[in-house]
Amino acid sequence: MDYLLSDEQKMVQELARKVAEEKIKPVAAKYDQSEEFPWDIMEILAKADLFAIFVPQEYGGTGAGVLDLCIATEELSRACGGIAVCYAASALGTFPMILFGNEEQKKKYLPDLASGKKIAAFGITEPEAGSDASAIKTTAKKEGDYYVLNGLKHFITNGGDAQIYTIIAMTDKSKGARGASAFIVEKGTPGFTFGKKEEKLGIRASSTAELIFTDCKIPKDNLLSKEGMGFIVTMKTFDMSRPGVAAQALGIAQGALDVAVKYSKERQQFGKSISSFQGIQWMLADMATQIEAARALVYSCAREIDAGCKDVGKDSAMAKMFASDVAMKVTTDAVQILGGYGYMKDYPAEKYMRDAKITQIYEGTNQIQRNIIALNLIREAAK
Amino acid sequence: MNIIVCIKQVPETTEVKINPETNTLIREGVKSIVNPFDAYAIEEGVRLKEKFGGKATVITMGPPQAEAVLREAISMGIDEGILLSDRAFAGSDTWATSYALSAAIKKIGAFDLIICGKQASDGDTAQVGPGISAHLDVPQVTYVKKIEEVKDKFMRVERMTEEGYEIIEVPLPALITVVKEINTPRLPSLKGMMRAKQAKIIHWKAPDIEADLNCVGLAGSPTQVVRIFTPPPRVGGQILKGETQEIAERLVGLLKNEID
Repeated sequence: MDYLLSDEQKMVQELARKVAEEKIKPVAAKYDQSEEFPWDIMEILAKADLFAIFVPQEYGGTGAGVLDLCIATEELSRACGGIAVCYAASALGTFPMILFGNEEQKKKYLPDLASGKKIAAFGITEPEAGSDASAIKTTAKKEGDYYVLNGLKHFITNGGDAQIYTIIAMTDKSKGARGASAFIVEKGTPGFTFGKKEEKLGIRASSTAELIFTDCKIPKDNLLSKEGMGFIVTMKTFDMSRPGVAAQALGIAQGALDVAVKYSKERQQFGKSISSFQGIQWMLADMATQIEAARALVYSCAREIDAGCKDVGKDSAMAKMFASDVAMKVTTDAVQILGGYGYMKDYPAEKYMRDAKITQIYEGTNQIQRNIIALNLIREAAK
Repeated sequence: MNIIVCIKQVPETTEVKINPETNTLIREGVKSIVNPFDAYAIEEGVRLKEKFGGKATVITMGPPQAEAVLREAISMGIDEGILLSDRAFAGSDTWATSYALSAAIKKIGAFDLIICGKQASDGDTAQVGPGISAHLDVPQVTYVKKIEEVKDKFMRVERMTEEGYEIIEVPLPALITVVKEINTPRLPSLKGMMRAKQAKIIHWKAPDIEADLNCVGLAGSPTQVVRIFTPPPRVGGQILKGETQEIAERLVGLLKNEID
C-alpha cells in the first residue's frame, strides 16, 4: 500500500532498512543469545543520524516527526526487536526534554542525544507501580539548590547503559498523582546506581535494569517543567511514544511474515513447495492483511500527532493495542508455518514470537489501552 | 588535500545476462548501483578529506541517470559531483573513457590524489584507473590496500600482490586504485542523504572538457567488440570408478584417444 510518504520519510525508510539488513540482521541472533548491549549497532545508528530524527533542528536534530520515528523503528524491528527497542527507548527518554525542557536543559542535553553520543532512558515503573503509575514510591525532596532522590525503579529499558535518564519521583506524596515530578538524572551522579539486570523472554539485546537512588543529589535545575507535573509529562510523553511501540510491533510482525513467505517457497513437502498449499496461502494472506491494517492505523495516528491534533490518546492506544496483538498472532503463525524448524533457534521465527510478546505488555498493557479507548468512547458519548 | 574519486554506475549483479540476439547486456529489471570497488575509493577519499582537510570531488561518465551514484557518494561525505554525459561519449572503451575522465580532471585543475576502485564489476578490465594516470602523466599505484603515510610531496602505500604486498612511496600528485581490504565503506547518513538530494550536480559535455572528438565514443575507441556470447554449458563428463591403478590406465587411454 502506498502511504504517500514524503521524500524525507522515504529516505529514513531506505536508510533504516539498509542498516537493518546489512548491519543488524547478521548480529540479531548473537545479541539475542548473549544479552549484551549492542553498542556497535548504536554507533552505526548514530553515524547514520537516526537518533537525530526525533530532535528539533535547533538542537542538532533533523526535526522530523513521529511518523519518521515510527518508520525507522519499524524497519529496525523487522531485523531485531531487541536492538530496535534500545533505539526507541532513547527516544522515549528524550521526549520529556523536548516537550517540557527549558532552553538551558535542551541546549545541555539534546545535541548529544541527537548525535547518538549519548542515549536516554525513561524511568517511572517500580515493583509496586506498573499499570497503576500513581503508586510510585520514589521520592524527591528539595534541599536548597538540590533535590535528593530516594527509591527504586525497575524494568527500565536501557537501564545501566543510558547516560541520561528522565525519572518520575514524588515531590509531594500528600497530593497523590499531582505530587509527582519529572527530573533529568545523569549516569554517574553519586547515589545513583544500578541493581539487577533482568533476563528476559524476548528483546534480549536490550537491557532492562533496576535503578537505585540512595540520597542521590541532583541540581534543582534538573527539574523538568514544574513540581507536580510528573504525570502530565508522562502522559504527554506516552502519547508521543506509543505509536513507536506500535511501530516496533509492526516491524516484528513484518519480519516474521518475511521469514514465513520465504520459507514457504523453499520448503518442499509432498513433492511441492508448501506455498502451493491453500492452507498455507490463507494463513499468509491473513497475516499480510492484518499487518497492513496495523500499519494504516499506526501511520495515521503518527500523522495525527505530527499535525498537532489534540486528544490523540484513544487513537494511539488503538494503534499500540492493535499492532501488538497483530504482532503476537502473526509471529505465532509464522512459527506454525515453519513447523518444527520454527520452534528451533537455528531459524529466526521463534525469536520474532518471543520479541512480539512484550509489545502487548509495556508502555501500558493492552488491557490498559482498552481502558483508555473505552473511557474515551464513553466520554465522547456523554458530550 | 584535494582528492578526485572516479566512479562508475554498474548493474547490481555479478551474473550479467546477455541477449544472445543483440549481444548486448540485458538491463531491464536490473538495479543500477555504485560499482562495489568504487565504494572503497569513495570511503578512502572521504577519510583523507576528514583527516587532512581540503575537498573531495567525485566524477563519473555515463548517461544522465548516473547522477544517482554521484548523489550516493555525496551522501557518504564527498563534497561535489561531476557528471560527464554526452552522446559523443557513447560506446567509449577503456582508452576513450580514461581520456575523457583525464580531460575532465584537467579542467578541475589542481589535485593531490586521484582514487579509483581496482576495477568495475561489469567490465572487469581494471584499465580505466591506469589509463587516467597515463593520460595525465602522473604516477600510479594499483591494488592499494593501505595508505600508510601522507606527506606534503609524497605518500607511502601498501600495494597488494599475488604473493603478499609491496610498500611503495609515490610522489604526489598521483593516482591509486584500491582493493576491498583498504576499508569498510560507511553507510550513508540521513543528513548526508538530505545534502545529496539538494546538491547541484555539475554536468559537463564533450566541449566543456575540450575533448578531441576523435578520441571519445565508439569512433575514438581502439577496441572493437566483434561478438559477445554466452559460452555453451559444458556437457556432462565421465566418472571413472575402480582401483587406482586400473582407472589411471583407463584415463591415460582415454586421453590418448582424445589427442589422436
